[in-house]
Amino acid sequence: MPEMDGGLQSTGSSATGSGLAAGSSNLVEVEDLSVRFVTREATVHAVNGVSFAVRPGEVLCILGESGSGKSVTLRALMQLLPPRRTRITGRIRVDGQDVLSLDRAGLRRLRGGLVSMIFQEPMTALDPVYTIGKQITETIVRHRGGSQASARARALDLLELVKIPSAAQRLDNYPHELSGGLRQRAMIAMALSCGPRLLLADEPTTALDATVQIQVLILLRKLQKELGMGTIFVTHDLGVASEIADRIAVMYAGRIVEEGPVADVLANPLHPYTQGLLASTVHGQPRDQDINAIPGSPPDLRRLPTGCAFAPRCVQVMAECRAGVPEERRPLAGRMARCIRVPAGAVLADAVADRV
Amino acid sequence: MNMISSAAPPLDDPRDRGGPAQPLLIARELRKHFKVKSDSGTAFVRAVDGVSFTLFKGETLGIVGESGCGKSTLARLLLHLVRPDSGELVFDGETVAEMRGITVNALRRQVQMVFQDSYSSLNPRMPVQDTVAFGPFVHGKSKAESKAVARSMLLQVGLNPDLFGSRYPHELSGGQKQRVNIARALAIEPRMVILDEAVSALDKSVEAQVLNLLRALKADFNLTYLFISHDLNVVQYISDRVLVMYLGAVVELGPVDEIFSHPLHPYTRALLGSRPSMNPKQRIEEPPITGDPPSPIDPPSGCRFRTRCPFAEPVCEARIPELGAWTDRESHVAACHMQVADSGHSRAVGNA
Repeated sequence: MPEMDGGLQSTGSSATGSGLAAGSSNLVEVEDLSVRFVTREATVHAVNGVSFAVRPGEVLCILGESGSGKSVTLRALMQLLPPRRTRITGRIRVDGQDVLSLDRAGLRRLRGGLVSMIFQEPMTALDPVYTIGKQITETIVRHRGGSQASARARALDLLELVKIPSAAQRLDNYPHELSGGLRQRAMIAMALSCGPRLLLADEPTTALDATVQIQVLILLRKLQKELGMGTIFVTHDLGVASEIADRIAVMYAGRIVEEGPVADVLANPLHPYTQGLLASTVHGQPRDQDINAIPGSPPDLRRLPTGCAFAPRCVQVMAECRAGVPEERRPLAGRMARCIRVPAGAVLADAVADRV
Repeated sequence: MNMISSAAPPLDDPRDRGGPAQPLLIARELRKHFKVKSDSGTAFVRAVDGVSFTLFKGETLGIVGESGCGKSTLARLLLHLVRPDSGELVFDGETVAEMRGITVNALRRQVQMVFQDSYSSLNPRMPVQDTVAFGPFVHGKSKAESKAVARSMLLQVGLNPDLFGSRYPHELSGGQKQRVNIARALAIEPRMVILDEAVSALDKSVEAQVLNLLRALKADFNLTYLFISHDLNVVQYISDRVLVMYLGAVVELGPVDEIFSHPLHPYTRALLGSRPSMNPKQRIEEPPITGDPPSPIDPPSGCRFRTRCPFAEPVCEARIPELGAWTDRESHVAACHMQVADSGHSRAVGNA
């Protein structure tokens, strides 16, 4: 093993060129990120110019439907996309490091150390032929060094932290011996094992039963606060986002179309897509009426429409919508929407509500 | 028993035997145990363990429960896709698969099913119009008639047959594929459709479209739905009555508003309380119940929910609580000792 105690060497303070204000206080800065998957037949434009920042200790939810690019964005942050077919442009900085320029050794240090990830399906994310304890101790020894025994003691602490009952016995269980909820807790324990500053969560509660989902959500929320991790949480579920997010970024066709504090966005969505998503999410609508569904289906990422990608489904569409991709507009503090109907300059909240 | 007619089903359906008051489907004590190997020899997954319910004509009965509660096995039992170990099915007054009853084939002509995975339930090598035409053809229509039915059904579910009819499943989006599955189910003019997590795999914006479509088709074709889902919000929207299952047994059954406003069973309350708040200012601080549902292999004795129930007492371990008797669409019953006076539970109704 080469020396890696130098650890997270900084790539310098080149954050100066950043368009984001006060870049130094952000844990994650993503600027103009684009991800394309190139095959012989077609090029899939999965992510198209995404910019966002996450402060330490903050939970950003990326909300979107399938094919919106939310998971691809998350995987790009950890360089988990197949390198041969993927073209990534833009800038990703995590804790000052330029992730896109890291070599393989640097990525190994990053993954599981500074940044860790939990996935939707713990059964496929965990290795079926090793016990839970073995997998967690391996991660700890790999990143932190030390003896097997001390790592195992830490693994036990972690299982207790994520509230796995009779944790000592569970250490010697294989993944298939655990229920879905316990498996997900074990994966969270593994992700937390090296004290990451950034936790990436890709629909971690989607595959869980309702009564288990809320337990895991509450656990994640608590651990995230206690440990002060910045978190990016990808979900398609507005309810999940409203339980865990500080801010949400709504993605559509590979772009962030709206962003803001979660309570504000849910109470007063600016973008027609967010409005449509809220209206079409079944939640106590009167039973004798149709749901106000968004017509049509999301665009083909191989052939994105020019201009606003939501225009073909938008009830408020105008000719200008198809002219070019709408710029980011920030009518309210902390709020952003890419829609030409949203006022370009700062205005009062009431005025925005009137306009859209 | 050949009842297929090319016209849209009239409201006074000639296939209707007992009139509107007779339930369309009665399930009595349905049971299905699957044999599995375990460390100590053979064990049984008690997937469906004595389930009884009544489905009234023209209603939508929602079935909710977590994974492993047996709701999908129950759906398959109703169509004899899986043969029940025991129990009885009565379809519009006729016993299913019994002497002098209705045959399984005849039952399947009147009851169709839509599955969760819209792709794997379509033949990947068949253009979708042929897929929809297949049912009517098998059930005795000519090629030309079947094709005409398929085209009109595709139109009914919102797919232009000229545009979509010749496409293969992989050329359609998830929502479009599920529309094809619905068209196929309706092509042989069933009276009842079982929707097994039929909208669960769809994106929210598409899910809403398909729910609207299902509501419209139900009215147009005079259908009765059995709607299986784990999503309580969707079940609340679409159902007239709701049946709650836990580990192979029915724990509560009643009209949708009653179930959602006055749930009787602690499990139903926990299930309702586990729904995310949709309001970041009123987040859920404590989970209503802890732990995972136990394995349906060797479920807990007595009340199956007692291992997770905050009100469990010795009586819950000793005796299986009975789901009370229901009589009509308004009946609201729950299988809980707390709902029975003198059950021996300290919180039983009537106890101070």
